Amino acid sequence: MQLARVLGEVVATMKDANLTGSTLLVVQPIAADGSDAGRTLVAMDSVGAGVGEHVFFVRGREAAFPFYPAEPPTDATIVGIVDHWDLA
Amino acid sequence: MRRSLELSITGTWRNAVQIARVVGTVVSTQKNRKLEGAKLLLVQPLTLQDEPRGVALLAIDSVGAGVGEKVLVVIEGKAAGQALGRKAAAVDAAIIGIVDSVDYQLEGE
Repeated sequence: MQLARVLGEVVATMKDANLTGSTLLVVQPIAADGSDAGRTLVAMDSVGAGVGEHVFFVRGREAAFPFYPAEPPTDATIVGIVDHWDLA
Repeated sequence: MRRSLELSITGTWRNAVQIARVVGTVVSTQKNRKLEGAKLLLVQPLTLQDEPRGVALLAIDSVGAGVGEKVLVVIEGKAAGQALGRKAAAVDAAIIGIVDSVDYQLEGE
C-alpha cells in the first residue's frame, strides 16, 4: 500500500459497466514526510474518502477485492483513510 | 520495459521480497473491513548498504515488528494476504520477517 493525498474527483459518464456507481478519485502518492512522490493517478474509492484527505491505496489485482463479488476493472483502490501517521 | 514502468511509479522493485526499515506507524480508523485489526507500518526499502531506496510503503505487520527494526517485506498481493491470514484481503505488502543480519559478498571481492 502507499500513502496518498486526494486531489480531486473524476466524473465519467461513459465507463465500463462494472464501474457504475463507483467513485473515482485523483490521488497524489506521498512520501513518509508528506511530500509528493511520483505521478498522480486515478483510484477507485472503497471507504468514502474526500478531497484533501490522506488515504492509503492498494495496487494491482488486489485493488478489486474490496468490491467482491463484483470485479471492477481497477488497478488502484483506496482502502483506508489515514487519521495520522508517526515517524520514528 | 515493465521494470522501468514500475520503477517510475514507486521508485522500487515490485513483486519481490525486499529488505526495509520500519520508519513509522499509521493510524486509520476508517478502512476496508478486511483490514480491521491489522497493524499498519510505514517501511522504507533499503539497498544492501542500508541506504533508503525509493518511496516508503505501507505494509501490514504479521510478525510483531517495531519502529526502527530491519524487516523483510513481501510486495505482492497473494503472499501479503496469506501473511494476514485472510483470503481476498485488499493488501499488497506485508512484513514477513525481522532481519537479524545480512551477510553478503560482492562479486570480485
